[in-house]
Amino acid sequence: MAFLELNQVEKTFFSLETWTTAVEDIELSIEEGEFISIIGPSGCGKTTLLSLISGLLHPTSGEILLDKEIIERPTPETGYMLQQDYLFPWLNIKDNITLGLTTMGKTTDVDRQLAFQLLETLGLSDKIDHFPSQLSGGMRQRVALVRMLSTDPKLLLLDEPFSALDYQTKLKLEDLVFSTIKEHHKTAILVTHDIGEAIAMSDRIILLTERPGRINKEFVVPLHLKEKLPFDVRTDIEFNPLFQTIWKEMEPDEDGS
Amino acid sequence: MKMDRNEMQQQYKRAVLKTTRNVRMTQLSILLLFFAGWELTTYLRWIDPLLFSSPSRVWHLFVLRIQDGSLFMHTSVTLFETILGFLLGTFIGTFIAGLLWWSPFLSRVLDPYLVILNSMPKVALGPILIVGLGPGFTSIIAMGALISLVITTMVVYHAFKEVDENYLKVIKSFGASKKQTFFRVVFPASYPTLISTLKVNVGLAWVGVIVGEFLVSKQGLGYMIIYGFQVFNFTLVMLALLIIAVLATVMYHLVEILEKKLIRHES
Repeated sequence: MAFLELNQVEKTFFSLETWTTAVEDIELSIEEGEFISIIGPSGCGKTTLLSLISGLLHPTSGEILLDKEIIERPTPETGYMLQQDYLFPWLNIKDNITLGLTTMGKTTDVDRQLAFQLLETLGLSDKIDHFPSQLSGGMRQRVALVRMLSTDPKLLLLDEPFSALDYQTKLKLEDLVFSTIKEHHKTAILVTHDIGEAIAMSDRIILLTERPGRINKEFVVPLHLKEKLPFDVRTDIEFNPLFQTIWKEMEPDEDGS
Repeated sequence: MKMDRNEMQQQYKRAVLKTTRNVRMTQLSILLLFFAGWELTTYLRWIDPLLFSSPSRVWHLFVLRIQDGSLFMHTSVTLFETILGFLLGTFIGTFIAGLLWWSPFLSRVLDPYLVILNSMPKVALGPILIVGLGPGFTSIIAMGALISLVITTMVVYHAFKEVDENYLKVIKSFGASKKQTFFRVVFPASYPTLISTLKVNVGLAWVGVIVGEFLVSKQGLGYMIIYGFQVFNFTLVMLALLIIAVLATVMYHLVEILEKKLIRHES
């Protein structure tokens, strides 16, 4: 049995007037250590799918199993990274990165060691007493990465974490997140609408249809691309053909046929 | 020739400091002009000193009342009532706001009642309070608290509800309980609103307490005003007004100091 299993998952939102099915018929299994990207047109339920896996939402039908256990509610086993850093402006960096640990009641120096180590690795040790408002966008998203990893989660959910950054910072941060995740042997799911980013970072790419989101196609990234840093993948000779293939799949049929 | 940057910076600093000094001097001049004009116009009988008193009369009364100790008594009573009314109104209001955040059901049930209570002029409840709690400082404190309680509840609850959903997502993803979510995210995220509520409540508490003292008429600065009015001693009324102005300003500044402590990160 796979590390993460989604069996016939469906999510429908109800309101007084109507109901909207965000995703349906989602059948997906992810092995430990895999890096999966989910792409699709906007409004296709990518973020909903991530919220379901995190336990913030419950599926209307079907089930999601992490390590053979049904996900009932959010747990520190799963890390979540949002489109923006959402660091708490009233806490300094130290308190921000240990937020998860404090919430879990882990407040000893031993518990916090990993968080401080990560901060050092990402070159932000000197910012530990600063407040988020004193940091640049890229630095803040790096702090958010440390915050997510501080509780040593098994599964990482990345909800377009680079979309609010400028292009240069984005490319640098892709490399950093990629290598940090590989180094710590984490399983990760990245939601993005950037095809290039999906190819550069992941092992497998899941393409969703328009709402209600279903799995449309799956692309496996060639083995030698998987090993490379995202920045190097973008310049690889095999990058463009794959990009073109996915691009064509994503284009809606113009002539309606 | 290029000017020295240090020299330019010094010039800039001098210009800024000069403007600040001018503002302060003008402010002081207005104050002095006000008192001097007041003194002069009453001295020349342009306005009736019996009705409007004069700074020198107020000063003499001030010294007299300090010496016999009555001013200290009245001031401390009012100050005590105001601070207590202010604290109670703010704390109970914030507490109820927390309950409403906790239970959306309760918040929906209480919504129309809050609207009614908020539109109601609270000082109109004065007689009921005095009948219920007795003609003493309990009623006065209740008035000081009541006047700010409902609006605090509504404003703070709104702030709690408006906290960005994504901050909640962050802490929930770590498996936080509702209690943790409230105290670690919702409450600190609402500090700016809480502070502005405090600033408004300082003023409101004074209104409630002074009106309460009007009605109870036993002691306090409100009593001094109403008594002075009744016996046509407007020097007493002016003295009370000046003391209230000074104390209210001090309280407001204390809240500003608290603001700087709480919201350091915005600097």
